Amino acid sequence: MRLELRGITKRFPGVLANDHVDLTVEEGEIHALLGENGAGKTTLMNILYGLYRADAGEILIDGRPVQFASPRDAIAAGLGMVHQHFMLIPVFTVTENVVLGVETTGPLGLLDRRRAAGKVREISERYGLEVPPDALVEELPVGVQQRVEIVKALYRNAEVLILDEPTAVLTPQETEELFEVMRSLRAAGKSIIFITHKLKEVLAVADRITVLRRGRVMGTTTPAETSEEELASMMVGRAVELAVERAPAQAAEPVLEVRDLVVLDDRGQVAVDGVSFEVRAGEILAVAGVQGNGQTELVEAITGLRPAVSGSVRILGRELAGASPKQVLRAGVAHVPEDRQRDGLILDFSVADNLVLNTFDVPPFARGIVRDERAVERAAQERVAAFDVRTSSLRAPVATLSGGNQQKVIVARELSRPIRLLVASQPTRGLDVGSVEYIHRRLLEKRDQGVAVLMVSVELDEVLALADRIAVMYRGRIVDVLPAAEATREGVGLLMAGGSLEEAAASA
Amino acid sequence: MPDREEVRLEGPAPPVAPPEEEGRAAGEEVAAAAERVTLAAAAVRGVGWQERFVVPVLAVVVALAVGALVIVFTSEEPLREWAGFFRDPLEALRASGRVVADAYLALFRGALGSANALSETLLVAIPLVYTGLSVAFGFRAGLFNIGAEGQLTAGAILASAAGFSLTGLPGPLVVGAVVLAGFVGGALWGAVPGLLKAKTGAHEVITTIMLNFVAGFLALYLLQTAFFRRPDRLDPISKPVLEAFPRVFGTGVRLHAGFLVALLVAALVAWVLNRTTVGFEFQAVGANPDAARAAGMSPTRTFVVVMALAGGIAGMGAANQLLGVTPSLTPGFSSGFGFDGIAIALLGRARPAGVVAAALLFGILRNGSRSLQAATQIPVDIVTVITALVILFVAAPSLVRAIFRLRRGAGRPAGLGVGWGP
Repeated sequence: MRLELRGITKRFPGVLANDHVDLTVEEGEIHALLGENGAGKTTLMNILYGLYRADAGEILIDGRPVQFASPRDAIAAGLGMVHQHFMLIPVFTVTENVVLGVETTGPLGLLDRRRAAGKVREISERYGLEVPPDALVEELPVGVQQRVEIVKALYRNAEVLILDEPTAVLTPQETEELFEVMRSLRAAGKSIIFITHKLKEVLAVADRITVLRRGRVMGTTTPAETSEEELASMMVGRAVELAVERAPAQAAEPVLEVRDLVVLDDRGQVAVDGVSFEVRAGEILAVAGVQGNGQTELVEAITGLRPAVSGSVRILGRELAGASPKQVLRAGVAHVPEDRQRDGLILDFSVADNLVLNTFDVPPFARGIVRDERAVERAAQERVAAFDVRTSSLRAPVATLSGGNQQKVIVARELSRPIRLLVASQPTRGLDVGSVEYIHRRLLEKRDQGVAVLMVSVELDEVLALADRIAVMYRGRIVDVLPAAEATREGVGLLMAGGSLEEAAASA
Repeated sequence: MPDREEVRLEGPAPPVAPPEEEGRAAGEEVAAAAERVTLAAAAVRGVGWQERFVVPVLAVVVALAVGALVIVFTSEEPLREWAGFFRDPLEALRASGRVVADAYLALFRGALGSANALSETLLVAIPLVYTGLSVAFGFRAGLFNIGAEGQLTAGAILASAAGFSLTGLPGPLVVGAVVLAGFVGGALWGAVPGLLKAKTGAHEVITTIMLNFVAGFLALYLLQTAFFRRPDRLDPISKPVLEAFPRVFGTGVRLHAGFLVALLVAALVAWVLNRTTVGFEFQAVGANPDAARAAGMSPTRTFVVVMALAGGIAGMGAANQLLGVTPSLTPGFSSGFGFDGIAIALLGRARPAGVVAAALLFGILRNGSRSLQAATQIPVDIVTVITALVILFVAAPSLVRAIFRLRRGAGRPAGLGVGWGP
């Protein structure tokens, strides 16, 4: 099936989200759609999938114009979408999830589970998509859940699969497996639209690449004709340094010492299981790991947001396990939280107020209980300039800023105080290439000024680019701490998936 | 908060957020934000001047218009004319217009037509200013205080006790003591739901509603005790408060100095919310408790403090009534002040100035309804209908916007029907 988008234009109040976008996906092609966050990729796919209606332009399938009023029409026409956040029911089995909505029924309208399971098995064998038809979805790892989503689309006879940021949740090994699946789908004549902002992946798997920027197509190319640098500059609109330059670390005295820390998650399960490590002044310790292996709880325990069951957290020799967030931040700890919109910002508050969110009650921003708004405004002006925050006004609600600029507001706030320890959790998640580069430089700058930096990231590239030492976390434990010089993508990837270094060495 | 001059930043910064980001914002981000907007927060934030001013005013206009229809269809004369619509269509319209004009003229004349009418209107409005402020204060910290009624009653218990038992003190001191006692009584009553929420997570909507009943029956019980009950009466009524607010507006009208006190309290609340660190913390907790906690603030402490202060403000409303209108505590002491306070806080968009304006409107409607009935035989209940319509339209800003084809303010969901919040 050949899919063609012609002149798709979509306007939101005040914004042109898609501006005459042309995109052709041939049969049996993996077509990567590359762009920064907010470049219009998701809008375009939502139009294609019948969720939005385009203001102008047309969609052609095998040369015939079609119109989708809802996803139902799109699915009927042979489109399948795998969303970034899976649309699965955890307590249903794989088969039940796959057939949901298009159930095969026997006589009396009863669900024919056996036939359905058979078809699921058949699809999974044909495309190398291993899924256990009778397992409950909630018991499956993320990578397998994703395969269930793909099976679901194929079960509905999808000819064109849209994969929205499919690798965001996967380990490097799972990503490699996904690419294998994509290649076998291609071999079977299916087309795939692969949405991503990761350059390496695009070059590894795509046949053709279309780059979107600010709602416009910047060009279409092939991996053979292009390079990471060229793609990055097409995405951002200027030359980008992909690798930050860095001097070797000058690690000094330990600033953060964590000993035998045990922390529970929201459900009362042990999430951090006896973790010990230290971070020294002037070094970056990166905690690598697949999402959900206890990193979130570890950071929350260090910053006082979550009580520790046992163990010790010392900052500059002072015991701070069980301290309040305020005590921790007054001890010189900066925190760039994982979920910036939940924990880092008050979206309805102004940029200025967010820039002093944890210093609003101390001089010069307050005298007694009276706020000094002029001092707040002055500081905000300086910080906005120093950290290159793009905003229309200091009084604008921070919600009106782009994701990258919101993150800069947090970074500006946290780095403008005198600090000894910086805890940065997923500091560049969801940010565009330009902002990532900027935030990385700021983290290194703080390291070079003698701040101890604890960075948690699920992005292996980020870990390898910034870390002086890498602690790999798996199922609540730190399985190993490697000096960055000895770490390889493959080795760290294996540790993240629960393997050992011996296996890593064997596989190398 | 006054709009400040926009600070333009140098460099190639786009005038607003990069457009591509907003494209996405139209979808997912708004949805994500909507989940976080609590009912109370929606009444308060994320709204421009349009939401704050235009929508409430238009809501009142629409409510009066719909109220006019109700008047027409419940009055005999226009109905008779409408029956003969095809014989004389103009007369039907004319008769309808006459009835509506008469009704609203009587209403507003009765509320504002003379010095005495105005004084009575303001007198009715004062307790509503207090309860409106009480509810609005909670809103700003993300708390839905349905308990102003009970807090006012609790304040009344303590304030009346102080008022009749502090004999032998100079007058002004007694007045001060009654006000303070009203505040303390209401604050204690308000602190309980705050504590329950902080310690156990019990939702303040439930606990405050329940405590309204407790306060009401507690008052009823106390009125039968020898300490409270007036010895010369058999019905449940307390001994009268010995002092009263001075009549600073002349002796011909009942309006008293308590009106100025109420305005002062409104100004004080505005100052605390807009100019102090505690007010900032309250609102931060209200807008996003997670981020507030991460920034070192204490949501649990805020719950207790805000509920206590909100209760205290409601309790001061009770002191005002004892010192200005009804010197004795009776079972019907609060004629729904606390519940009207919720409507007033919503109509006033949880801002002190808005609350004062909304309370005045309610005063006009309540006070004017009496002359409405006297002059036109239209039942006072029409005012209840209009009040309900006002609340309906205030609670559904998108409806008002649709009627008047207003554009959405900042493009963020500001409706009150978003959810109960955490």
